[in-house]
Parts: sequence; C-alpha cells; structure tokens
Amino acid sequence: MTDHSIELTVNGVARSGAAEPRTTLADFLREELTLTGTHLGCEHGVCGACTVLVDGEPVRSCLMLAVQARGTEVTTVEGLADGATLHPLQQAFMESFAFQCGFCTPGFVMSTLALLRDEPDADEARIREELSGNLCRCTGYQSIVEGVLLAAQRAREEGAVL
Amino acid sequence: MPRFDYNAPSTLDEVLALLTEHGDEGKVLAGGQSLIPLLSMRLARPTQVVDINGVAGLDSIGVEGDTITFGATVRERQAERSAVVADRLPLLAEALPYIGHAAIRTRGTIGGTVAHSDASAEIPCVVAALDGEVLVRSTRGDRVIAATDFFQGHFTTAMDDDECLIEVRVPAQDPAAGCAFREVARRHGDFALVGVATTLTLGGDGRIAESRIALMGMADVPYRARAAEAALVGAEPTLDTFTAAAETAVADLSPASDVHGSAAYRSQLARVTVRRALTAAGARAHGESA
Repeated sequence: MTDHSIELTVNGVARSGAAEPRTTLADFLREELTLTGTHLGCEHGVCGACTVLVDGEPVRSCLMLAVQARGTEVTTVEGLADGATLHPLQQAFMESFAFQCGFCTPGFVMSTLALLRDEPDADEARIREELSGNLCRCTGYQSIVEGVLLAAQRAREEGAVL
Repeated sequence: MPRFDYNAPSTLDEVLALLTEHGDEGKVLAGGQSLIPLLSMRLARPTQVVDINGVAGLDSIGVEGDTITFGATVRERQAERSAVVADRLPLLAEALPYIGHAAIRTRGTIGGTVAHSDASAEIPCVVAALDGEVLVRSTRGDRVIAATDFFQGHFTTAMDDDECLIEVRVPAQDPAAGCAFREVARRHGDFALVGVATTLTLGGDGRIAESRIALMGMADVPYRARAAEAALVGAEPTLDTFTAAAETAVADLSPASDVHGSAAYRSQLARVTVRRALTAAGARAHGESA
C-alpha cells in the first residue's frame, strides 16, 4: 500500500506527484498538485462539484483514482482563463451572476464546457437536463442556466471559442 | 476510503491469476462509478483492487452474426455514440441516456453495471429484456450465462469470486419490432423508482406476435413479466390490451417501500409505465415514431 508515482498532464503542463492507491483524482489535484479550484462536495459522485475533463471527457474526479489518471490529459477550471482574461464561459457566468457562494461553480463550468462543445445548439431544456448532474446548494439554477445560454449565444453569434 | 493494493495488469491472464489468488479479497475495477462510491462510503473493503482498464482488447463493441458484443471496459458513453447500437439495439440506445449523467457515462461501463447487478439499473433490465448473455472467465475456464440466470439478487450475480466478466452479448433486435424504454425518477439521472424495457412484434395479421417486458426497481433482479408477455401474443395492439398486460405484469410483484416511495406507489407507477412503454413500442412496430 505504498505510494505510486503519477505523471500526467494538467492544463497543458506535465505534472507529477505521488499518491496512495486510495487517493482520488480530486484529492490528488487539490492536495498533491495544489490545484484547489476543483471542489469536493459529496465525495461519492452525486453533486458534480469535482467535475474535470480527462482526455477531453467530463469526469467526476472523486470517482476516479489518481493512479488511473496516469498518462492522461486533465483540464481543471484553472486551465480556462488566459492570464487575467476570463474564458468566455467564465465571463458569461460572471455577467449572469451564475453563482452565489461559488462552491459548485467549477463543476458547473467544466460540465457546461463539455456540453456546449458537443452540443453548441443545446436549448434551455437540454441544458437543464444535462446540468441536473450538478447541484447548487444556493439553488441559483436560474442564473446558472442564463449564464450557459449567454455563453452559447456568444459562441454562435460572435464566434467565442468555448 | 479504506486502504487497498492497486493492481493494473496488462493481460487477462494476470487478472485471472490475481482473482484466483485473492478470492473474495479481490475486486475488479472497470469504470468505477459504482465501486468507488462503495469504497468511499466503506461499504466495500477489498484488500486488492484489480484495474482491468489496461488490458488490451476489452474496449470494443463487436458484431458476431446477429449478436452485438460489449467488451468489459466499453464505456456507456461509447455505446451511446455507437452507430451499431443505434442501428441494431435501439432499446439499449434509448435506455443509455437515462444512466446517471454524462460525466458518469464517460467512465461507467456496460460490463460494470451488469456485474454490479443493481436492481434499479437500466442496462441489466435491457439485457434481460433482450435475452442477452454474459461471458465470464477464470483460470478454470469460460462460462456463458444467460442474463436471466446471471442476475441473482441486488448486488448478487452468478459469478464466482475468481471470475471476471469478459463480455456482455446481446442479440440484435428484430428491425420490424417496436421497442420502448421508460423510467420514472424524481430527477433526471437519479436512481429510478421504476423502469421498463419492452419490445413488441406484430404479425402479418396486425396482431401481436411477440412481446418482451422487463421491469427494474420492482424486484431484487430485473423482472421478466412472462405472464403478461404470453397474454399479449395473438392480441390486438390496443390500449385496452396494453392496460390489461400492465395489470398482469405488476400483479405478482411486491416492490419495497422506502423513503422514495411506498410499495403501492411503485406498483401504480409500474402499471402506468408498462402501459405507456407498450403503447410506444406498438406505435413504433407500425413504423411510426413515438
């Protein structure tokens, strides 16, 4: 039950660390790589707060062992902004007040990123269905959906790259 | 999470040797969408986890004659995007989006949900409805087990501790048959209270030639409503027929009562859901979309 060495790419940067087999990818990102943008809510796959992209696909990082992420490319919320310039999705969330306490926001942003990439024309019903996998304990869903719709609209009309 | 040793073999022989060596202390890890929550909540405490994701050749959806095969590490998302599944297993294609959420389906596997045998899970219900089979292997050899024998109870299957699920095999559907999958959950992606997988084939005389009805959430295994299936044969595909079949399908079941719903409520949901699914399947068997 010794530590395993883990090498992977996070937000385009080669990273390495060590973890026990029982360490989840979420804990590894937060504690070993000090990328605390990924939040842990329920720790058993219900709340969606820890959603990251692994090789481009949305994954609950609390439901994947860090050792299973060896050799993968992980994208976390820290990988979205370009310096001080927010990612178009983050900008749309901010303008729509799509958060209250902000705890669930990284998960919503990463889930939305995958959704709008796969379905750029997703309508409100589809967005609500897909984001039902992410919980907001402040119940700010109305403004979250507005933020997603705004980002989708800008991507379509202004060519913002999500 | 309890401590365990992590094994990531690259060949099936190594997997089987580890499972033989460790018996009930070993646990196979595929997509992890059921096992990792069980570990997190300490409901499972294996000392050895055997990760099969590195084993080559288990991640393909294949076609062998009229059988569609799903290797043990085929993701639910992969099946969702598969043209073969859309074309030849429309019942499965319809059920897949009901499983959890996208971020669950990108990791979760067809084989894993079958091996886990949750009585409220969609894939076991569909595999039972379509008379699928499960190929399991150990150092002692291979076994092919019919789905209806494979599922033995909630979280209980016919697999022994030293066996590994290799493949789920599902016969392609009759293209002329209609099918429908329906479930009721409080919110999309939650565990369903009740679900039903149906197919319906019409004869040249317009009467029902064959039907399959499998219910989930109503017993500790996917339940094939054989009496209702038999009663449908030869009947006209009318609302009255489907209503009577739904009544028959639910008659012998005693679902659990819990915080999510009483037994009476589940039975009522099941009657309504079976009727609606049969009606949709009947309409599709005529070539209409429902």
